Amino acid sequence: MKINQNQNQHLAWRASFGPALQETLRIRQLKPRQLFDELKKASANPPADIEVVVNPPDSQTMGTISRDIPEEEKRKLRQQSREDIKNLNLRWLDEMVSSPAQLREKMAFFWHGHFACRSQNGYFQQLLLNDIRKNALGNFGDLLRAVSKSPAMINFLNNNQNRKGHPNENFAREVMELFTIGKGNYSEEDVKEAARSFTGWGANPQGEFVFRKFQHDAGEKNFLGRKGDFTGDDILDILLEQRATARFITAKMYRFFVNDEIDPQRIEQLSARFYQSGYNILSLLTEIYTSEWFYDPSNIGNRIKSPVELWVGMKRQLPMTLENESMQLVLQRLLGQILLYPPNVAGWPGGRNWIDGSSLLLRLRLPQVLQANTGFNIRPKSDDDQQMGRAAAPAGARGFGAKIDWGKFAAAFQQVKREDLLSTLRGFVLQSGTVPDEALLHRYTDQSGREAYISTLTISMMSCPEYQLC
Amino acid sequence: MLIQRRTFLQTGTLAAASLMVPRFLQAMEGSTRVPPGNKVMVVLQLTGGNDGLNTVIPYRNDIYYRSRPGIGIRKENSLRLTDEAGLHASLPAFKSLYDEGSLGILNSVGYPEPDRSHFRSMDIWQTASRSDEYLQTGWLGRYLDLQCKDCAHPTQALEMDDVLSLALKGSDWNGIAVKDPGRLYQTSRSPLLDDLLKHHEQEHAEHTAAYLYKTLADTKNSAEYIFRHSRQFASGSYPATELGKSLKTIASLIFSDINTKVYYVSLGSFDTHIAQDAQQRRLFTEMNDAVHAFVNDLKKNNRFDDVMLVSFSEFGRRVAQNASGGTDHGTANNMFFIGGALKEKGILNVMPDLSKLDDGDLRYQVDFRQVYATLLDKWLGVAHSAILGESFTPLSFL
Repeated sequence: MKINQNQNQHLAWRASFGPALQETLRIRQLKPRQLFDELKKASANPPADIEVVVNPPDSQTMGTISRDIPEEEKRKLRQQSREDIKNLNLRWLDEMVSSPAQLREKMAFFWHGHFACRSQNGYFQQLLLNDIRKNALGNFGDLLRAVSKSPAMINFLNNNQNRKGHPNENFAREVMELFTIGKGNYSEEDVKEAARSFTGWGANPQGEFVFRKFQHDAGEKNFLGRKGDFTGDDILDILLEQRATARFITAKMYRFFVNDEIDPQRIEQLSARFYQSGYNILSLLTEIYTSEWFYDPSNIGNRIKSPVELWVGMKRQLPMTLENESMQLVLQRLLGQILLYPPNVAGWPGGRNWIDGSSLLLRLRLPQVLQANTGFNIRPKSDDDQQMGRAAAPAGARGFGAKIDWGKFAAAFQQVKREDLLSTLRGFVLQSGTVPDEALLHRYTDQSGREAYISTLTISMMSCPEYQLC
Repeated sequence: MLIQRRTFLQTGTLAAASLMVPRFLQAMEGSTRVPPGNKVMVVLQLTGGNDGLNTVIPYRNDIYYRSRPGIGIRKENSLRLTDEAGLHASLPAFKSLYDEGSLGILNSVGYPEPDRSHFRSMDIWQTASRSDEYLQTGWLGRYLDLQCKDCAHPTQALEMDDVLSLALKGSDWNGIAVKDPGRLYQTSRSPLLDDLLKHHEQEHAEHTAAYLYKTLADTKNSAEYIFRHSRQFASGSYPATELGKSLKTIASLIFSDINTKVYYVSLGSFDTHIAQDAQQRRLFTEMNDAVHAFVNDLKKNNRFDDVMLVSFSEFGRRVAQNASGGTDHGTANNMFFIGGALKEKGILNVMPDLSKLDDGDLRYQVDFRQVYATLLDKWLGVAHSAILGESFTPLSFL
């Protein structure tokens, strides 16, 4: 009856943010295909926008705050924007934990790292995030165009400063190197010519895309072997015509959703069909998740969860309340992945990069910190882009104020016989092929009662290195 | 005598390690060890963008005073170095080091196409990348990769912090973040983890789980190794500041025969957009007193010639002051080198040219990677091009 548990959980970890407690016993009876159909269905409708920031900040955009505004007011604006971004972060985190549209939010999380963008303007961040969520499962071309015209990205990659006669190449370079065809498929000349084509693309303080005709260089350009008086839209179209774009995106998705190690032949096949489909993202995902090779043991339980995946996955498995919600921001900082705040335009490198001695010890301690409700006693590094020289608050000491509802957790397994509890829970909690020894785990349990046994066993298993994998 | 102590320590290491390290890792125990008199480097990161022009003050320069009518530091309020330049008054210990020939100051260090975001510019300094490339490893992490091919303890590079900087992340090895050796040691000790490590004997070299177990074993092993060495020799007395405590820990490790070659420590924040004077004075006082105690300690133990302390900041600040008694993000900046074995000392190159600015910012004269190349080649004794990916001509101050 439970033969599909490992496969279905594999799908749940990769296509969504992990198996949810209330689903665990049900989904193991499905075929992976049925589960994927359910996931698709739940994400079929366009998502409701996340709306934390209601109005664009009056007429100021961060970074371009007009010099005539008094210092005090500027300070307040910056403060407000920082608050907005924190709230947006927490709000999206909640969405990842509890939205039924898991396939969409997970894919949006991937694109969020792909189209990595920093902006101190909370409203612009929100616009970009919602654009990404809307197009996450749709057409890659539409997504690329929406992101390229998003005020957050235009400001981040300096296209507002890209004018006829004074080109700024930042956006032109990154759109090729990181967003579409990848390094090695274009020349420095192509960067220059693309930059000329994007001249005049800008965004106004209300967060609308504007085409400034008089700043646009309408002359002839020579781009990737083609000649014409190209606009920015033409450049994006030409980039989408390149098979290298399909290959680049497919390979990146494969590394993210399947395996760090690329299988070149498979990428060739997948990307050819992705290209033929006109960049239909959902078709590509369907092909991956309904293939046999996706469920090969070599692809299961060998991926290091990113900090956000680790935390969201834990919240989907353990019903809990947090007295101190903003501790989730400290945790992101400590573990090196802050939503809406990627390290740079290249995004988070991922994989083994997440792990060093201190981050691993912290990850392994996390379940106990939650259970015992203690502080961390460690401090994240300060960040002057955010803190502007103010001393970092000694964060972490307070802890999450977490209360795990073990009654509810245990209830989800009430049909399971006592002697099957360990293997059932291990199947639910751990995804890795190398699983810790049963007798060993038993030594770290409290066997005085069923709930105590379940809670101590779960926390011990979550403290194993294997829990870092999915 | 020394050899005997070493032999003893190695035996001790093995005995302690066998309790917690899986067998497949024990084979690597006890290989590399630092010979006596070996050189170490201490990197002091001034986080936030220290204002170099108010650190080494060009007090003969009219443009300096014109650009900074409020916060420019007058000659009589600085510590005289040369006819042209004085040091910030909160750095008297640095002035003494200058006078005795143990301080080198390199002006106008930077890189082309400077970035004014703290994070990005710090990334560039820490990874030693060009400003248009994104590297996932740090320059000291790559040094570690080279140094630590088959070493027992990846402790050649330590950071005095709770969280590891990108500078110390390599592709095969990472440095270790250790603010307090005792606390790291305690944190790394857990009966469950010890049990798991003991049971994890199988080598799934390919599997990611094996990588996690290996990292865990290394970390536990290193935490114990660092803790033990930190208690071998007492260091002198230090101010009770964060930096004071960190330098005290570093000194105790330098005096031991731990294999660490690089220590990394940060002080901040120097992001002085408003009320710069008070903030810089407070931080410089902390820096001055801690470095003063550190240098005295090293001298007392005859190790000052073996240590090179290097300071840097992700950028300097704009030449002109802003409207809030502070300065905004700029570009090129000065670096300090402190040690008993400098070949050239004092002010190593010309003072910044304030008449030739790029949009109000200093032009860099020395690429920071050339400085790294110098430190790697001449101090740490490794060929820099493998680490920096390019060849630079080393400078002559070392």
